[in-house]
Amino acid sequence: MRWHKLILVALKSIARNKMRSLLTMLGIIIGVASVITMVALGEGSQADIEGQVASLGTNLLMVRPGSVDSGGVSGGAGSRPSLTMDDVARLEKYATQLRWVSAEVRASGQVIAGSNNWSTTIKGVSPNYLSIRNYEMDSGSFFTARDSKTRAKVAVLGKTVADELFPDQDPVGARLRIRNVPFKVIGVMAEKGQSAMGNDQDDIIFAPDNTVLYRLSNGKTIHDISASAISSESMDAAKDELTALLRSEHRLAAAAEDDFVIRDQTEIVAIATSVTGTMTLLLSSIAGVSLLVGGIGIMNIMLVSVTERTREIGLRLAVGARPLDVLAQFLIEAAILSLLGGLIGILSGLSAAWGVGKLLGVSAVVNPTVVMTTVLFTGAVGVFFGFYPARKAANLNPIDALRYE
Amino acid sequence: MSAAQISLSHICKFFSLGEVEVRALDDLSLEIGRGEFIAIMGSSGSGKSTMMNILGCLDTPTSGSYRFDGIAVETLNRKQLADLRNAKIGFVFQGFNLLPRTTALENVELPLLYDRHRAVADPKARSIEALQRVGLGDRLDHEPNQLSGGQQQRVAIARALVTDPPIILADEPTGNLDSRTTLEIMALFQELNGEGLTLVVVTHEVEVAKYAGRLIELRDGMLLRDEINQQPRNAQADLLELQEEKSDALA
Repeated sequence: MRWHKLILVALKSIARNKMRSLLTMLGIIIGVASVITMVALGEGSQADIEGQVASLGTNLLMVRPGSVDSGGVSGGAGSRPSLTMDDVARLEKYATQLRWVSAEVRASGQVIAGSNNWSTTIKGVSPNYLSIRNYEMDSGSFFTARDSKTRAKVAVLGKTVADELFPDQDPVGARLRIRNVPFKVIGVMAEKGQSAMGNDQDDIIFAPDNTVLYRLSNGKTIHDISASAISSESMDAAKDELTALLRSEHRLAAAAEDDFVIRDQTEIVAIATSVTGTMTLLLSSIAGVSLLVGGIGIMNIMLVSVTERTREIGLRLAVGARPLDVLAQFLIEAAILSLLGGLIGILSGLSAAWGVGKLLGVSAVVNPTVVMTTVLFTGAVGVFFGFYPARKAANLNPIDALRYE
Repeated sequence: MSAAQISLSHICKFFSLGEVEVRALDDLSLEIGRGEFIAIMGSSGSGKSTMMNILGCLDTPTSGSYRFDGIAVETLNRKQLADLRNAKIGFVFQGFNLLPRTTALENVELPLLYDRHRAVADPKARSIEALQRVGLGDRLDHEPNQLSGGQQQRVAIARALVTDPPIILADEPTGNLDSRTTLEIMALFQELNGEGLTLVVVTHEVEVAKYAGRLIELRDGMLLRDEINQQPRNAQADLLELQEEKSDALA
């Protein structure tokens, strides 16, 4: 028997009982729709979370000085003043896995502007620090490489500092003094709010790295190096490269320990991944249960259908259908019911995801793999739960079936 | 009479109903030649349905041997029986057994759907041809509920003919029909028989049996009577007569 004929016969039989077929499919439709909706929203929120992680800095790597070990007493991280602007220069020159590198020199002190004064942190950074940390400007502009080279006395204010020192005026273009060194304000940062630790991230002044290093700090060592790997996949390669470059710059012997520490956001990524893993497990079990229920619905209706069509089966067997033909007919019918339900479920799931996403402001991400898997799985459910009724039909005795009332 | 097409020898069919064993067929031997028109009669419980099922390869005997065109039917499995039925036997049932909500044409096409061996090039044309042969060339797209009983039975006969089988088995083909339609069906049968088709009709109506060339009567699973009908009635002639009577009565 030709396959397309079998499929045609199955479609006809489904079309003959439209209402019943629809109700049968409902279990599968609801199951698939909810799975598709939740997966789309789940992946959407995961993408949102990843976006937030990325906002901490694009593929951020932080290099801090190592610890001093004198006579068995460890000075703790950062106690060894090992990082210099030469390190930064070398990284900028030779690194292939890093997109941006920035020095970080910190100083603190009293800042005076007119009759206002404020005590805050001054961070000397490279011009590309904005890109590394995904910071944005509110007004004015950030300083340039030229400002860094010439140790220009320019400052970019955090929102808090700007509000404290210049409550009634636009700070851009104004002058202020940091520890008695006069600076010109060239820009104001966009508001960042509090960090996860509760620190006010806007209570800060940015100035060019060399300016801070030579005018406000010791002129030799810097506190941190921030760097961006070229992609999230190349984080490990970037780390290795950083280590190698810094070790050679510091002329460390092969046996010597690193005199610096590299940190990244692996932990945050790990948490996000484990949350996603739990979500996926939860969704899969919901999918499993709903498809199981849908499959049982299909089996139920197929059993009814086999009983109802006993005479038809008897006739088909009498005129020469092999038991396998009858089996195939009912299996295909069950599979089509299930697949059709799956397709309708996918369509309604996608529109539901889109709608709910719009409503809640969450992005919905459609994963083609999930959709394909769902289609295959619903087909398999149909075949699995259709098998028992189909076998029952195939094993009917044609004589009894023909006489069935 | 030509060489035996069907040969039953010492066929027994027993059913067990709980403790009791029913001997539906008891050591029955019979030969059917090519081109015969046979009526099998008997009261209910005589074993005629069982015999029909065995002749139609729907059932296998408990013991005995059944040759169909030289094939030992009792040795075939379900699959082989299905193929044999498809290729060699046309069935006509009392209840027509047409698929509901399916056109006459599609109903007739059904056996060709399961035809594996001959690969009919154009099943549709073949089915139309079969319907034309039974005089329903203008009813192709009618569904069973749009057809009269006689027309439904004609569709069923077309379905039996479509695979071009050498034999047609009819189980009470006129059981649900009025006398005039019965005559029409019998006339059709006689016409097909005249073209060389072997026909076996199971019936309990003596009137119907009169049109067959050979009468077989069963009782308690055994042959009671097996005789040649020397002068079978002509259904076409009877049909004309019936029409004349009717017009006379009207006049």
